[in-house]
Amino acid sequence: MTETQAATEAVSTVRPTLLEARDLHVEFASRGRRARAVDGVNLAVGEGEIVALVGESGCGKTTLARTLLGLERPTSGEVRYGGAALDYSSKALKAYRRQVQLVLQDPTGSLNPRHTVYEALAEGPRIHGLPDEREVVATALSRAGLRPPDRFFLRYPHELSGGQRQRVVIAGALALNPKVLVADEPVASLDASVRGEILALLLKLREELGLSALVVTHDLGLAWNIADRVAVMYLGRIVESGPVEQVLTAPRHPYTQALMSVLPESPERVVLTGEPPDPTRIPGGCRFHARCQVLASGRAAEAGVDGKCRSELLDILPAVPETQAACHYAAR
Amino acid sequence: MTLLELDDLSVTYRIASGEVPAVRGVSLTLDSGAALGVAGESGSGKSTLAMALLRLLPRDARVGGRILLDGEDVLAMKWGRMRAVRWAEASIVFQGAQHGLNPVRRIGDQIAEPLLVHGLAKPDAARRRVTELLEQVGLPDWRARSFPHELSGGQRQRVMIAMALACSPRLIIADEPTTALDVMVQAQVLTLIKDLVAEHDISLIMISHDLSVLADVCDQLAVMYAGRVVEHGPSREVFHDAKHPYSKALAAAFPTVGDPASRLAPQGLGGDPPDPMELPTGCSFHPRCPVALDGCATMDVELWPAGPGRNAACVHVQEAS
Repeated sequence: MTETQAATEAVSTVRPTLLEARDLHVEFASRGRRARAVDGVNLAVGEGEIVALVGESGCGKTTLARTLLGLERPTSGEVRYGGAALDYSSKALKAYRRQVQLVLQDPTGSLNPRHTVYEALAEGPRIHGLPDEREVVATALSRAGLRPPDRFFLRYPHELSGGQRQRVVIAGALALNPKVLVADEPVASLDASVRGEILALLLKLREELGLSALVVTHDLGLAWNIADRVAVMYLGRIVESGPVEQVLTAPRHPYTQALMSVLPESPERVVLTGEPPDPTRIPGGCRFHARCQVLASGRAAEAGVDGKCRSELLDILPAVPETQAACHYAAR
Repeated sequence: MTLLELDDLSVTYRIASGEVPAVRGVSLTLDSGAALGVAGESGSGKSTLAMALLRLLPRDARVGGRILLDGEDVLAMKWGRMRAVRWAEASIVFQGAQHGLNPVRRIGDQIAEPLLVHGLAKPDAARRRVTELLEQVGLPDWRARSFPHELSGGQRQRVMIAMALACSPRLIIADEPTTALDVMVQAQVLTLIKDLVAEHDISLIMISHDLSVLADVCDQLAVMYAGRVVEHGPSREVFHDAKHPYSKALAAAFPTVGDPASRLAPQGLGGDPPDPMELPTGCSFHPRCPVALDGCATMDVELWPAGPGRNAACVHVQEAS
């Protein structure tokens, strides 16, 4: 056994992997072509760990999250939960969804306007036949910070503020006592002052219930606020991952560097031209090379890796906790 | 030179169940060529304020106070004059670029429309101007023949900006111009707005809830809460050293990546924005204020001086001075 493998295992004994994507590929038909939305991803979420999955729209991050939830079937590769591959029989999926719950971006759209808070929250426990429904709903509401819970039972979504609605959605996910929350842009539609409260709630749930979370977002500030680890996705693949402190203070992949540089207050901006390329036409070589500022500025050529950037495919990054980047220039 | 002056502007919506005061006495000035950021969250009145400037509010809104655009009273303008002022002297860029464009007309025709309607150009000259405008916003001229659905979100927002520039206005009002866009595209659009404002000597009013974005683009910042300006001053100073507790909370909501103080410590503000029909007494922020004193529930606050060129409506500021 090499030293790096030993180190990997040492970290993994601290936080056993709970939810994992292994060499995951998800393809769709798109206007007569194949869109490789997820094009080879290894990603692990440990017990009690918060992982941020960061990328621009169209990079495949939402498809990856949906596949991890069992809402999409992978074209190849597998989703593993608790050490076993996900079983797609309807009974097994039902059991799986008690463990892994989804929180969506827009709380107004995720709540039925004609259901009271109580009805919205009781639906999950009823489907899963949990006893003491009232107790379950009350506990979930107070865990989500809506106290006293019975004051909210008969309220309708329109009577609540945006922040309260997002708390109801989170309470709905908590009602089934899950182990993992998958949150897709959980604060993007919320007001600035409420945002911090909802993020603090996710941190508190991790502390009190040991809940893991995969937070899908385009917001690096959010990752800095709550995540232990961050994975940066570009055109269907993770291009850089590692502990937040390392990836976000010393990014190694030019794409991560560009994302960081456009944050307000950043000293020097690298504004990439164009928009994220099309998953039906993934470029050869490094998939980022057409927009890469390191290649365009000639630094890659100085380091003698420009040929590789244009023609040589990069290995798919493994699901390890350490910092890693899929870049010929960073690896030189 | 002052281009725009708001003097005690108020907007009240009349609805079935009563009156909703959305903007409650706002006074601001904007010099020509300057950029002013208006920050606040939903319900703070910031979008109502923007709409009021060009009299784009619905009929049930009652507007009080004065709006002087280049010395001319906007609220007293006759309808024909108002139509001439829109686009030609002041234009507005909305956040939902997909809804602002006509889906069945070509981009070029839509950009040319304000020029033709205002009689500022003949069709030939308008076409040349469209090419010029597309170039200014970084789009190739063959895009003039595209339909909106053929463009990405960022490109559509560029088209909206080109339309706003078409009649060479002196003031552009941008209401959350980058909200629905990705970080990288947002950076492209913000850079574009900054450059255009600087190159063409246009004044800008930008509205957003993201203080960090406003501080980046604007010289001056006004923070609104419950229909009033609660803090005003040079944007960097307001962002980095806010005097009003609400501005502080807004600034902290978007953390600086790399700042150890915000690592695993998201900063929030308890409670919710107030219902404009049931505004708290005294300082309307006091129920959510982390540093409220006993008197805040009853005492009226106003914008007090808070350092050179700065004002804040907080009793702590008044005590300090």
